[in-house]
Amino acid sequence: MLQVKDVYKSFEGKGQEVLRGVSLHVNKGDVTAILGPSGSGKTTLLRCINFLERADSGTMIFDGQTYDMHRVPKDQIRRIRKKTAFVFQNYNLFLNQTVLNNVTLGLTSGRKVPREEAETRAMQALRRVGMAEKAAAYPGSLSGGQQQRVSIARAIAAEPELIYFDEPTSALDPELIGEVLSVMRELAQDGMTMLVVTHEMEFARHVSSQVVFMEQGVVVESGPSEAFFEAPKTERSRAFIRSILGQHEIR
Amino acid sequence: MSERLIRILSDALPQLLEKFVTMTIPLTVLSFLLALVISVAVAMIQYADVKGLRLLCRGYIWIIRCTPLLVQLYLVFYGLPSLGIVLDAFPTAVLVFGVNEGAYMAETMRGALEAVPAGQMEAGYCAGLSYWSIMGHVVLPQAFRTAFPGLSNSLISMVKGTSLASVITVTEMFRQAVVINGRVYESLALYTEVALIYLVFCSLLTLLQRWGEKKLNVYGGVR
Ligand SMILES: Nc1ncnc2c1ncn2[C@@H]1O[C@H](COP(=O)(O)OP(=O)(O)OP(=O)(O)O)[C@@H](O)[C@H]1O
Ligand SMILES: [Mg+2]
Repeated sequence: MLQVKDVYKSFEGKGQEVLRGVSLHVNKGDVTAILGPSGSGKTTLLRCINFLERADSGTMIFDGQTYDMHRVPKDQIRRIRKKTAFVFQNYNLFLNQTVLNNVTLGLTSGRKVPREEAETRAMQALRRVGMAEKAAAYPGSLSGGQQQRVSIARAIAAEPELIYFDEPTSALDPELIGEVLSVMRELAQDGMTMLVVTHEMEFARHVSSQVVFMEQGVVVESGPSEAFFEAPKTERSRAFIRSILGQHEIR
Repeated sequence: MSERLIRILSDALPQLLEKFVTMTIPLTVLSFLLALVISVAVAMIQYADVKGLRLLCRGYIWIIRCTPLLVQLYLVFYGLPSLGIVLDAFPTAVLVFGVNEGAYMAETMRGALEAVPAGQMEAGYCAGLSYWSIMGHVVLPQAFRTAFPGLSNSLISMVKGTSLASVITVTEMFRQAVVINGRVYESLALYTEVALIYLVFCSLLTLLQRWGEKKLNVYGGVR
């Protein structure tokens, strides 16, 4: 469904390239976890894939269409974005809009869905994440976990083919992480295609079907999660798994 | 207070109020609307970083903010006719006040736009919204709330600033007071009366501002 090839990206004023030829492949129904130490370029990769950053070069195949990631024109970007959704680390809910409007806006304004239908779909999505009773509230009055669930509702209401998550639980207090992860687990079970940057090893191991392990702007190892955790192929992956699992046992 | 003074002041009051209502307020409202349109446009051009136009906007703000309002009034009203451009006093005042305050308000608006977290725009794009619908539904409403105290400031300062129009023959309230004073020579009393009218009106605006801020606060603090 989604394939990116040889993505390169550097930032102005920073000599080093942040992405140095990253490729990955996502099939329909896959839940792919992108793992890697801080600064390895995971966020930058997701942002390039959704064109929040312009890659210096790279090819993207989405829905059978091939795009030059450096040069995609705006109208095509918007067409691709309407088939995808993005869940941010810090939620980025529209602060001046109610929970309901946060979910409907992408439908009514972005996709020309009639108001009534949009609200029905939004309420369905909010029920799915357990936030229906907060439909009239403003984001500022919600906890981080609730905001993130609303932002997931905003993502699924648009019925995207693929949802990107950038560390959806890292900004949350530990006791709020579970509610978001369980929503994501249900999405995965319902067959949603997801590309998830995460530090949650439980999720990567037991929910995701694929793992992409990145370090310093390159993919070090990728493949089925089972294999990655049971028998990592590279010394770097082994060291990473050891360090992360170690941390988790302490917590 | 002597009876004569009381009579002068009470005779003056309806005349002053009439000019206040028929000149000062329309002058303020029209100038403010013009300034609002200019400031939003100028701020949005800079926010969107439209090349070329951006430089033009900075130039406009630079020149307007670094020359006196009084000089701008004289330039347009007494200076431009020698280039063949002749405008009536009232439109001149609206134009100059609007263009002048527009520069200050543009900076207020720009600051407010820049204070909207970048993630709001990005989330809008990712939700499939176009630039203009993100601006309309998300960014501008948030920016207006941030800009509201600053814009209120501009409005209140403009109410009083319209008295400068007297120097280009617009008979607004202050000039009316000058005219009356030419007959009765009671500067202290008359100008105090004028000052009080401005004071009362601007106090009302201040209350209105506080009410407006409460209204705009429905969605609570930014996290
Ligand atoms: N806008 C930017 N301008 C300059 N440098 C940037 C920018 N965004 C990211 N970088 C740099 O790119 C590198 C990769 O950053 P990125 O945020 O993609 O890492 P990450 O893998 O998501 O890390 P983390 O796990 O901490 O979120 C870092 O060195 C970072 O400093
Ligand atoms: Mg990151």
